[in-house]
Amino acid sequence: MITELGAFALALALALSIAQSALGLLGGRRPALAGAGEGAALATFLAVAAAFSALIVAFVTSDFSVANVAANSHTAKPLLYKVAGAWGSHEGSMLLWCLILTAYGAAVAVFGKGLPASLKSRVLGVQGLLGVLFLAYTTFASNPLARLIEPPIEGRSLNPLLQDPALAAHPPFLYLGYVGFSVVFSFAVAALIEGRVDAAWARWVRPWTLAAWSLLTVGITLGAFWAYYELGWGGWWFWDPVENASFMPWLIGAALLHSAIVTEKRGALSGWTVFLALAAFTFSMLGAFLVRSGVLTSVHAFAVDPTRGVLLLTIMAIASGAGFALFAWRAPALAPGGVFAPASRESLIVLNNILLTAATATVLLGTLFPLIREAIGGETVSVGPPFFNLTFVPLMALALMILPLGPLTAWKRGDLRRGADQLKVAAIVAVLAGATAYVMVSPRKAMASAGLALGFWLIGGALTEAAVRVKAFRAPWPEVRRRLTGLPRGTWGMTLAHAGLGVFTLGACFETAWKVEAAEALAVGGQLRLGGYELSLDEVGTVDGPNYLAERGVIRVTRSGKAVCTALPERRFFPAGRQSTSEVALCNRGLDQIYIVLGERRAAADGGPAWLVRGYFNPWVQLIFLGPLLMALGGLLSLSDRRLRLAAGNRP
Amino acid sequence: MKLWPTSRTARRRLTILLAIAPVLILAAGLTLWGLSGSISLFYTPAQALAAKVEPGQAVQLGGLVETGSVVKHPDGRVTFRVSDKEASATVDYQGDLPDLFREGQGIVAEGVFDAGGVFQATRVLAKHDEKYMPREVAKALKDQGDWRGDGERPAYDKP
Repeated sequence: MITELGAFALALALALSIAQSALGLLGGRRPALAGAGEGAALATFLAVAAAFSALIVAFVTSDFSVANVAANSHTAKPLLYKVAGAWGSHEGSMLLWCLILTAYGAAVAVFGKGLPASLKSRVLGVQGLLGVLFLAYTTFASNPLARLIEPPIEGRSLNPLLQDPALAAHPPFLYLGYVGFSVVFSFAVAALIEGRVDAAWARWVRPWTLAAWSLLTVGITLGAFWAYYELGWGGWWFWDPVENASFMPWLIGAALLHSAIVTEKRGALSGWTVFLALAAFTFSMLGAFLVRSGVLTSVHAFAVDPTRGVLLLTIMAIASGAGFALFAWRAPALAPGGVFAPASRESLIVLNNILLTAATATVLLGTLFPLIREAIGGETVSVGPPFFNLTFVPLMALALMILPLGPLTAWKRGDLRRGADQLKVAAIVAVLAGATAYVMVSPRKAMASAGLALGFWLIGGALTEAAVRVKAFRAPWPEVRRRLTGLPRGTWGMTLAHAGLGVFTLGACFETAWKVEAAEALAVGGQLRLGGYELSLDEVGTVDGPNYLAERGVIRVTRSGKAVCTALPERRFFPAGRQSTSEVALCNRGLDQIYIVLGERRAAADGGPAWLVRGYFNPWVQLIFLGPLLMALGGLLSLSDRRLRLAAGNRP
Repeated sequence: MKLWPTSRTARRRLTILLAIAPVLILAAGLTLWGLSGSISLFYTPAQALAAKVEPGQAVQLGGLVETGSVVKHPDGRVTFRVSDKEASATVDYQGDLPDLFREGQGIVAEGVFDAGGVFQATRVLAKHDEKYMPREVAKALKDQGDWRGDGERPAYDKP
């Protein structure tokens, strides 16, 4: 019964979003209809929420008469993964997508009090159109609430690799980010319809971009962290198509964040900002298509369905095609905006945008190249990490090099020499740190040492910029304190995000270059040397999990005779799907981690049982996950800035 | 002739162009260089034989793991044969196989052929999702006419 109500609510949501788009777009001219459009946006959200709740209920109660539950759930699964199973499948994840899409629409209706009535109405109208596309797809082509005529007694369970807390939270955050760009897209289309893109428009777009980008950062980080400890390969980024699919909207979102500042503060780059706003959601949709269609071979794409990829591609073509066609038609009429000198903050942000978009283009090309090559009849190829290291990394390194200069250069006409002068200390620290790493850390690696220098340069640059703003070391303490408390939160957000990028760079370079790996088949009592550490396999026991059986190794980690920690890696077998996964044991050592995987059982040379034990020493690996979290925190801190609160946004 | 234009808009356009051009040239150059040097070709064992892949060239080898060919050595090495029904190649791999690695299943191995024709794998990939096999393997088998479908999906999991 609840399932049928949910299915009805989903169909209702489709009808309501048709109403929302019609009322919203017409309401741009007739204010009388605008209120109804807002009501429709709220109602659409409530209807999708009802459908989604019905799916959750079906999963929690293990109602196997629902096809999606039968395919992805199991009675023995822990509650968290029953709930997470709701978005672990293709159909469920598209419903989550719709839920978030309509939630953003409702959020614009509720929080957009300061928006001009016509703009708000049109934004809701465009958001409604996107809702129609995706709700129609979900209702007709991928309905998660469809029933089975002959329900099975037991479900097929969720892929055990997905039964993990980080991955339970990964899709909601990722989608909050992906779909958050839909609001920005709607704002861009609405502005193109109105034919006006000005500073006020940019100020209204910024909070949505910030929110989407920050949540996407969290989502990608959770995914990387999951890949790091669940796959048991010791890596956290593989330049896999599915990873690239989430990374491209992130890069474009980062470019948009910066260009929107220029449009807001100086009224310049308005056409470019609108273009990026359209591109960000286009990349989100491209990501959904790449991930869900399985058109590219990925090591971690789940719930793929090639037959429906074409439909997703069609949706993307319709939405982005219409958006960009409108852009081509209306953009030439946009006001050109303020002028700026070659040495100014605007110019540096333009350079940042060029580098970010060029980097995105290389990622896009690398991701799609196997498809292109195949389409023109060539051999099957794969584009792996070497390609991205060669193209993406130098472009980003350039962007990171100029980054600290940006916030220290004035708008309109700046003095690069003055900024460079202020950054002297940061530059010296960075070069010293890089040189120290080159000399001290063995084996010697020049590129990684340069990367470390770059990380310190970013952190130093962010601290310098904060110090300059509060006049630290130059003004008396009371004034510094007044400035410390008086600075807008947006400024602190920027400092935090830039420093977070530096923290990430440090971790990424150090871990990639200097990780130590060792593997050996050990019988009980055997030992493995990992850098300066000794891993001894003391015993292997069995563990009964809620829906799995596991072999658990007890591995004592010592360093020159002193106990460091006891690691308990597991190898789990899930009878429901007849799959096994390895549960990695992590030992934290400050910023470093010792990463231990218990492999499968095999016969030792003497015929007794042995287990392949694989250990990694990952130096500074925690910074890789800490850095992006700092960036997301910076974004959210900026979001809480009074200037960006929508209610206060009605100034000219 | 003055090279630096006097009109403001023209100046701005020129500045932006001067900023974009080097980045674009750099990006395009790196991309071409990257595509010429660091992509790896995918072969099935029969294709690898036909193409006479040179020892030491990084390639991907895909196919089905021959039933009964997997040997796990005590020192952690694993050897198995990958076949595409026409030819097969021995793969030597040092490390832990993916959780979904099974005999009879499609896999992709990354690595190089050594002088003796044994494939020295640095990484072995099997799909997490047991329903599908790697796309390249499926395509290669289809091209050879050896394709027998994705396997029947149970009735309750039909799209």
